[in-house]
Amino acid sequence: MAAVGGGGLPAYALRRLLLAVPVLFGVSVLVFAVLHLAPGDPAAIMLGAQATKEDVERLHRDLGLDQPLVIQYFRWIGQVARGDLGRSIPLGRAVLPEVLLRFKATLVLTTGALSIAVLLGLVAGIVSAVKQYSWLDRLSMGVAVTGVSLPVFWTGIMLIIVFALQLRWFPASGMSSPYGSGVGDVLWHLVLPAVTLGTASAAALARLTRSSVLEIIRQDYVRSARAKGLAERAVIARHVLKNAINPIITVLGVQVGFLLGGAILTETVFSWPGLGSMMVRAIQARDYPLVQGGVLLIATTFVVVNLAVDLLYAIFDPRIRYD
Amino acid sequence: MTDVVRIFRRSSAALFGLGLVAVMAVLAVLAPWLAPHDPDAIDTARRLASILTAGHPLGTDEFGRDLLSRLLFGARISLAVGLTATALAAVAGSLCGLLAGFVGRWVDQLIMRSIDTLMAFPYFLLAVAIIAALGPGLVNGMVAVAVVNIPFYGRIVRATVLAVKQTEYVESARALGVSELRLALTHVLRNCLAPVIVAVTLNIGGMITALAGLSFLGLGVQPPTSDWGSMLAASRQYLNVAPHVAALPGIAIFLTVLGFNLLGDGLRDALDPRLR
Repeated sequence: MAAVGGGGLPAYALRRLLLAVPVLFGVSVLVFAVLHLAPGDPAAIMLGAQATKEDVERLHRDLGLDQPLVIQYFRWIGQVARGDLGRSIPLGRAVLPEVLLRFKATLVLTTGALSIAVLLGLVAGIVSAVKQYSWLDRLSMGVAVTGVSLPVFWTGIMLIIVFALQLRWFPASGMSSPYGSGVGDVLWHLVLPAVTLGTASAAALARLTRSSVLEIIRQDYVRSARAKGLAERAVIARHVLKNAINPIITVLGVQVGFLLGGAILTETVFSWPGLGSMMVRAIQARDYPLVQGGVLLIATTFVVVNLAVDLLYAIFDPRIRYD
Repeated sequence: MTDVVRIFRRSSAALFGLGLVAVMAVLAVLAPWLAPHDPDAIDTARRLASILTAGHPLGTDEFGRDLLSRLLFGARISLAVGLTATALAAVAGSLCGLLAGFVGRWVDQLIMRSIDTLMAFPYFLLAVAIIAALGPGLVNGMVAVAVVNIPFYGRIVRATVLAVKQTEYVESARALGVSELRLALTHVLRNCLAPVIVAVTLNIGGMITALAGLSFLGLGVQPPTSDWGSMLAASRQYLNVAPHVAALPGIAIFLTVLGFNLLGDGLRDALDPRLR
C-alpha cells in the first residue's frame, strides 16, 4: 500500500486493470493444463474403453493434440476468446451454453449465501469488537470458531435431516418443484443450501471483522474522539466503522472465493443444478472441455470480483493508489 | 519463550484445543488396539444398526461394518493425510518464499506472479481443477490441496525474509563473509520458524476439511480405503433410516478441526506481540 501515486483514481483503475492481465493469462494456462497434465492420451480417456482406434485418432486430431503445445494453447485461447469452449462428448452439446445455464444457479446460491454471511458476520463481528470481552463477544466468537470448524457438506446433511426429512419445512434437494414456478419456489429451495454455505462464511467474516474493528478502536484518533466527549455511538459510527470498512471489503472479496469454491460441495449435497455439481460429474466422466469451461468461468468471475474489490477500496480510501 | 507458554496456558480455549488434538492423535495411533472390530468386516445381518446396539456401541453402516472401528481407523487416514498435505504445502511454500525474498529480482517476480495466479482461483475450486487433471485419488488429493496452500506459506515467509534481511545482524554476518546460502539457511530461516509454526497449526484444520471434502465428492480417498469424508458420502443414501451414520463422521471432523483451530488461535495470540 504505497503512498499517493500520481494520476488519481482513473490512472489507478487502469494500472489495476493491467495487473489483472498477467493473472488472467496464468489462469488460462492452468485451465489449459488441466487437459494436458492428465496421464495418457486425453482423447482415449475422453472416449472411454469402447472407442475404436479410428475414433480416438479422429478426436486426437480434432482437439489438435498432434500440434506443439504452444500452438495448441494459442488455438485454444483464440477459440475461448470467440466464445467457443469446445464440445462435451457425454452431453453431445457445446460447452458454453451449458456452463452459462449452470452458472446462473451457482450465482443464485452464492448470492443467497453471501447475503446471509454479510448480515450475520458483519453484525456479530462489529458487536463483538465494540463490546470486547463481554458475554456477547464471547458467545458470538464461540459460535464463530464452531462455525469455522464445521465442514459445509456435513452441516448441509444435518440441515436436510432436521428441516427436510423430519420437520418437512424445506425441500431436501433441487432448485424448483416439478410443478412449482416463480421466485418464491426458488427462494424456498434456496433456504437450506444458502444457510449451509453462508454460515461457514459468516463465521469467518465475524472473526475477521472483529479483529479489523478492534485494530481501529485502538488508534489514537479514536481515543481523541472519545476524549473530546463524543458519544460512544458517534465514535463507533463516524470514526471506527468508516475506517474499518476497507479491511472488511477485502475480507468480503476473499469470502466470495470461499463461497464459489464451497458451492461445489453445497451443490452436491443439495443436488443444486449449478456449475459445481456439474463439474464433479464431469471430472468423473473425464469430460475435460466441460471441466475447463466451468473452472475458467468461475476463476474469471473471481478475478473480476477481486478487481472490483480493489477499486472499491480505492474509492473508499483516497490515500490508496498503488504505484 | 516462557512468556509464550504463560500466555498460551492462560487461554482455556487454546488448552481445550490442545486437549482435543491430543485425544484425536491418541485415538488414531491406538486405533488397532481400541477398535472392537475389523473396520472392513461386513455383517449383512446387522446393517445400519443404531447406536448402543450390543457389540456395536456406535452402530453399523450400510454393510454392517462397525462404525466405532471405522471412525477410529478413519481418524488415522484423515489425520495422516491432513498432516502430510500440510507438511508438503509448508515446505514447498516456505522454499518459494525463501527464494523469492532472498534472491529477489526476476526470481521474486516469477514466484510472486505464479502465487498471484494460484490465488486467482477460489480455494476449493483449484483443488478440484488439479484433481480433474491428475485424476481422483488419495495422493493426488494431497498434492492438490498442498498446491492450493503454497501461496499462504510463500507470502508469510517472503515477508519475514524481507524484514530479516534488513536487520543489523544479517548485515554484520554478511560483512563477516558468511555465504549467502548459509545466511539464508541459518539466520533467515530460523526467524521464519515461529510464523510458519503458527501458520501450520491454523492451516491443518482447513486441510483436513478440504481433504474430507474431496473424499466426500469421490475425488479423494477411493474405496475400499475410507476416511471420514467418504464415510459421510456413503451415508447419504440412508439419511431417513440411519441419520447417525451421517452424523458421526461429521462430528469427528468437526472436533478435530475445532481442536486445531483453537490451538492455532492460541499459538498465534501467544506468539504475536501486537495482540498482547
